[in-house]
Amino acid sequence: MSTIYILWLRQIKRYLRSRSRLIGSLGQPLLFLVALGFGFGPVYQKAGEGSYVLFLVPGIVAMSILFTAMFSGIEIIWDRQFGFLKETMVAPVPRLNIMIGRTLGGATVATIQGLVVLILASLFGFHPVNWVMLPLAIIAMLLIALFFTGLGTAIASLLSDMQGFQLIMNFLIMPIFFLSGALFPLKGLPTILNIVVNLNPLAYGVDALRDSLIAQTYFGLGLDFTVMALTSFIILAIGSYLFTKIQI
Amino acid sequence: MSKIIEVKNIVKKFNGFTAVDNVSFDVEQGEIFAFLGPNGAGKTTTIKMLTTLLKPTSGDLNIDGQSSITNQDAVRKSFGIVFQDPSLDDELTAYENMYFHSVLYKIPKAERQKRIEDLLKFVELWDRKKDLVKKFSGGMKRRLEIARGLLHHPKVLFLDEPTLGLDPQTTNHIWTYIKNLNKNEGITVFFTTHYMAEAEKVADRIAIIDHGKIVIIGTLAELKNKTNTNSLEDAFLALTGKKLRDEEVSSEQIMRQRRGVFRH
Repeated sequence: MSTIYILWLRQIKRYLRSRSRLIGSLGQPLLFLVALGFGFGPVYQKAGEGSYVLFLVPGIVAMSILFTAMFSGIEIIWDRQFGFLKETMVAPVPRLNIMIGRTLGGATVATIQGLVVLILASLFGFHPVNWVMLPLAIIAMLLIALFFTGLGTAIASLLSDMQGFQLIMNFLIMPIFFLSGALFPLKGLPTILNIVVNLNPLAYGVDALRDSLIAQTYFGLGLDFTVMALTSFIILAIGSYLFTKIQI
Repeated sequence: MSKIIEVKNIVKKFNGFTAVDNVSFDVEQGEIFAFLGPNGAGKTTTIKMLTTLLKPTSGDLNIDGQSSITNQDAVRKSFGIVFQDPSLDDELTAYENMYFHSVLYKIPKAERQKRIEDLLKFVELWDRKKDLVKKFSGGMKRRLEIARGLLHHPKVLFLDEPTLGLDPQTTNHIWTYIKNLNKNEGITVFFTTHYMAEAEKVADRIAIIDHGKIVIIGTLAELKNKTNTNSLEDAFLALTGKKLRDEEVSSEQIMRQRRGVFRH
């Protein structure tokens, strides 16, 4: 327990100390929100769908969680050669606890990041349609964060250097984001795109956020949470297994 | 004297390349033991196997009577290590780095503060305890790592090139600490280095490894005798040749070169 706690605490401390990174990582979501939200707003309105900015906010919240969580998982590659990870790997504690502590820490940080974006979005007039649903939105954020920290950890456990990082960025993180429905409604998509979206775990996360924040849903909240809980569990199991097998 | 480190016929192969080839040796309790060899000879791989970071392909390793392969947790409690690359958390303070270690090694709460204070004073970093490690110089980091490695009262201290890139003052300082510990606490010290003079000065016994095999092992006098030379450096060159080693660049080294670019 103390191992899990101390590694969780470490992630939180690092997050709170790197203010420049904290502020820097808010730039992208804000840019997306302003440029896309207001850029496509009029078209969206004319199509009779209401406010695009409001539609976009849950997607952008999911995006910032996706990036923060993935990076905190992938950070292991660095940590493994030059950082604290080596110190934890020779310590007489189970590797599984190290992995759990790190992952919970990374997921907490990513969730906080999502909440900060949500708060910033209120500057553009965003607020939850039903405040009672806010706790559900936070749980959805935590699940998205857990899944992607786990995914990042699993990938980082397999890679020995940052060579493959660009590949992961372009062929995994970006497609996951763009094909999740974070930017567009899911109804009436072409068949192939529809299949891809249905297979994308983030799509369920975005949908859960949208349902709990602005009461719009495609899959339905029940399916959203079932898929997220299941996929998070599976990826964390895989990540834990790979992490415990790391040799330095 | 009892054997604190026992290495029996260990072999480590990486994709067909044999990095460590049937190596056996013992280290006595309380010894300062130097482990020398050219680049890529298998020094770091051997240390990694001893410290449970790598599993040998075959062979047996014991530290303080416990197997590094089957009884990892017991072994992990019995040694402290200072890695070639710093393994401190830059975003944490010196004190926090020590504190995290004390939690990981389950040092009783009541003792934590006292032990951390004593060790930070020992390496003369107590007045910098609240500073972030990223503000420390290389020598200060190394001192902090030594203090951290000693926090759980290990029986063996592994030092992988502990004085690499340090100025003579710091090097001198560090060895004074370590020799004190060895004398007063009886801690066994196992270290690698490329500085022959260093090994000559501090080591009780010296082993030289080349191409994954131990080529000689003994006291300085024995080494000089056997090779008919006057200094360790001459003995080393006589045994390992003057040819330069073209070590394959590992991903780790590539990252080390790029490190500055990516690190925030």
